[in-house]
Amino acid sequence: MSLDAPLYRLEGASLSYGSIHALRDVTLQFRKSEFVAVAGPNGAGKSTLLNVMAGLRPGYSGRCLYEGIELAKWTRSQFARRVSVVPQSVRIEFPFTAEQVVLMGRTPFADAMFESDEDASQVRRAMELTGTTAFGNRDFQTLSGGEKQRVILASALAQTPQSLLLDEPTTYLDIEHQIALYRLLRTLSRDGVLVITVTHDLNLASTFADRIVLLAGGTVVADGTPNAVMQPATMRDVFRVDTIIQRGPSGRPWITYGS
Amino acid sequence: MAVDRRLATSSRVWTVAIVSLAVFVACGLLLPLIGAVPVEYARAFAGGEPDHQILFTLRVPRVFLALLTGGALALAGVLFQALLRDALATPYTLGVSSGASLGAVSAISFGWTTLWPASIVGAVVTLAVVLGVAAERRRLSPFTLLMAGVTVNSICMAGILFLHSVATFAQSISITRWLMGGIEAVDMPTLTVLSVILLSSAVYVFWRARQWNLLAVGEEWAAVRGVEGNRLIFIGYVIGSLLTGTVTALTGPIGFVGLIVPHALRIRLGADHRLLIPGSFLLGGAFLAICDTVARTAMAPSEIPVGVITAILGGPFFIWLLRHR
Repeated sequence: MSLDAPLYRLEGASLSYGSIHALRDVTLQFRKSEFVAVAGPNGAGKSTLLNVMAGLRPGYSGRCLYEGIELAKWTRSQFARRVSVVPQSVRIEFPFTAEQVVLMGRTPFADAMFESDEDASQVRRAMELTGTTAFGNRDFQTLSGGEKQRVILASALAQTPQSLLLDEPTTYLDIEHQIALYRLLRTLSRDGVLVITVTHDLNLASTFADRIVLLAGGTVVADGTPNAVMQPATMRDVFRVDTIIQRGPSGRPWITYGS
Repeated sequence: MAVDRRLATSSRVWTVAIVSLAVFVACGLLLPLIGAVPVEYARAFAGGEPDHQILFTLRVPRVFLALLTGGALALAGVLFQALLRDALATPYTLGVSSGASLGAVSAISFGWTTLWPASIVGAVVTLAVVLGVAAERRRLSPFTLLMAGVTVNSICMAGILFLHSVATFAQSISITRWLMGGIEAVDMPTLTVLSVILLSSAVYVFWRARQWNLLAVGEEWAAVRGVEGNRLIFIGYVIGSLLTGTVTALTGPIGFVGLIVPHALRIRLGADHRLLIPGSFLLGGAFLAICDTVARTAMAPSEIPVGVITAILGGPFFIWLLRHR
């Protein structure tokens, strides 16, 4: 595989649940070090796309290749050493501590009964990056929504992924932590990680991401830099709202919604 | 009393395993000495009667069966709770116990003297039906399994009620006794077969401890961390039912152990299965052996059903644990 061959290649990927076409004929490529935001209205197929790419929806048609290999051909543990996933939320019934939850991210690296020193140091690093060290010993069930979300992120980072897939990771975060998260994702992508995040916050996406993919009705309706994608006409077509788009303080587009 | 927050390092797992094993072995050595009639080890080993017979054909096999049964039920509880992601699941949640009971009650109605083969068949058929119904869409969804378990459970209970209503007076007494559950001395070959089945299952379950941790959070959570779930989940249900079905065939349904032992240990040790599995098997066994000793001595020469003791001894202790965590 050449150096800048894409990590992900989707060609005509489609997925239906019964008569509902959740994803139709999606063709996309993603390369290392990209920071991609996937946006679109409810039911556009954003989470479905992410789940297909995570290897959780094997029933798709068309192709979805990672490192040139069809997802179905990857063993779970080999794939998990490259790609990690941050779901929107996780409900845990049992009293696992935050640190134990993060430690689960090390599973693909050892079949042994106990964690290695390397595992312990990756867990420490992931918890420092996400600011979760302080409550490592607390029961996950007792954490606030935002704290849980950062612990789940830490668990995915402990997996030392080449590609990181996130499903609305800012839902439960306050403004400070939303920005901290996007900064962290930007840093990761600059260090070579492919970051793909589903989001509803177009301004955060536009400020931090290099590329925005807009989905509607299960198909890709726009794909490009924030400047190229964030156009009032596109926004009206996709979200059915009127918008004013200006330059934000970062020089990136900043969207204001009409009333 | 707080959950011990330390991670399951190898030294911590060894400590829990060795302490639990010590309690388990101590129960096995000391409990046979307790009983309505005093027995001396020295005389019994020298072959002096009746000590020899009381100890080796009555009490030792009975304590041994109680240790294995308690261990199997507690371990099956841990497994079902993890797989169904439901802290209130018990070894009986999938209906295995009522299937075993229906088998045994049928055998009583047919006038058979040996009940356990029918009981095993009942347990296996129930499990096959429940898994078959839930596996229709290839994935075993916890919700469908719970619903299938509840339904099959009701059908079996209806069958038991029907057989009970048409039974003779003598059969009716046997049915009632079986449904109460209780530990009785069994012969050595049976005990040997049982120990081989239960210990090999326990070792397999312990070997997979880290994977149960991930599955207890969620199937997709486990999948994206490299755990191939479907097969492991299926094996987990089969082993859990094997543990439950084999002991239930010999003892009848014994409640509470599979619910309370794993819970009590989670409160003390946290949720990591590397600690829960050895702890539950060994301390679950010790707990039931102690309860059974109380059951056969408290009102000697008559016996109290052991399920009554597990609830009376275990219930208040459990409430105390819940209050003080």
